[in-house]
Amino acid sequence: MDIQPAPTHHDLGGNPKYRCTAVEPENPALNDFDKRVDALRVVLREKGLITTDEQRLKIESLPPEEYFGLSYYEKWLKAMAAVLVSRGIVTWDEVS
Amino acid sequence: MAAREPAPEHVALLEKLIGALKTRGILTEEQLAAKKAATEKASPETGARMVARAWTDPAFRQRLITDGTAAAEEFGISLAGNPPLGVLEDTAELHHLVVCTLCSCYPRVVLGFPPHWYKSAAYRARAVRDPRGVLAEWGTMIPAGTQIRVVDSTADYRWMVLPVRPEGTEGWSEERLATLLGAEELVGVALPKLAQAKAA
Repeated sequence: MDIQPAPTHHDLGGNPKYRCTAVEPENPALNDFDKRVDALRVVLREKGLITTDEQRLKIESLPPEEYFGLSYYEKWLKAMAAVLVSRGIVTWDEVS
Repeated sequence: MAAREPAPEHVALLEKLIGALKTRGILTEEQLAAKKAATEKASPETGARMVARAWTDPAFRQRLITDGTAAAEEFGISLAGNPPLGVLEDTAELHHLVVCTLCSCYPRVVLGFPPHWYKSAAYRARAVRDPRGVLAEWGTMIPAGTQIRVVDSTADYRWMVLPVRPEGTEGWSEERLATLLGAEELVGVALPKLAQAKAA
């Protein structure tokens, strides 16, 4: 019997939901917010305060409505804040 | 065209987070500015130069296919702290397409930032199920007799395509050949074409 669990929402390879969704070939430039989030991630990574896998886990843990509703860098930001709070580097009170 | 603007609450979250890190002496505005400046310069240029050299230098081509990470180092690019770079050699019989079905894994050090479409749900879902349909959206037609191999980039291994050198480029310099290559050609959604030569 096949008891393979259903893929989680971030595991999109072959997902039939998007079978008829066109890929938009545009590549809009990053805005200032995006660049600032990206810069923050690079600094934190170089200082050893966040790893790619920690950030990835927090992104994948976002509820589906946020995973599919937020922009790419909004998701990065929420994930970075969650990592820094769980490491005890900042507190929720400071960032909420 | 600019990317979608963030919600005000997320702009506020970013500044609170940065503020808290500054208060603790972990971060300065100068450090952020330096990394942002590096962001502005990111592009697929290194990847394009690597492929152009592989098209003109058979020994480098072999090194590129065997060990992409070491080949990038020949261009002064260090992958220290990054996953290894694999290079997928296209032939008349085999075309490669790269995707990251789980997120957006991409060899940034040689290709710059992953394009918006590479990160989209539709691309991630369909590239592995209907690659020819996805390629058609770029106007890319791969002959029926050519096999398409889709490769998933991951957090542990990143991929780049070495396309077939187009006909009509005999005698071109490495620099000129590199103008045929951008992110789309190096991911495999488009083929290098003379008529679409990109600005150098």
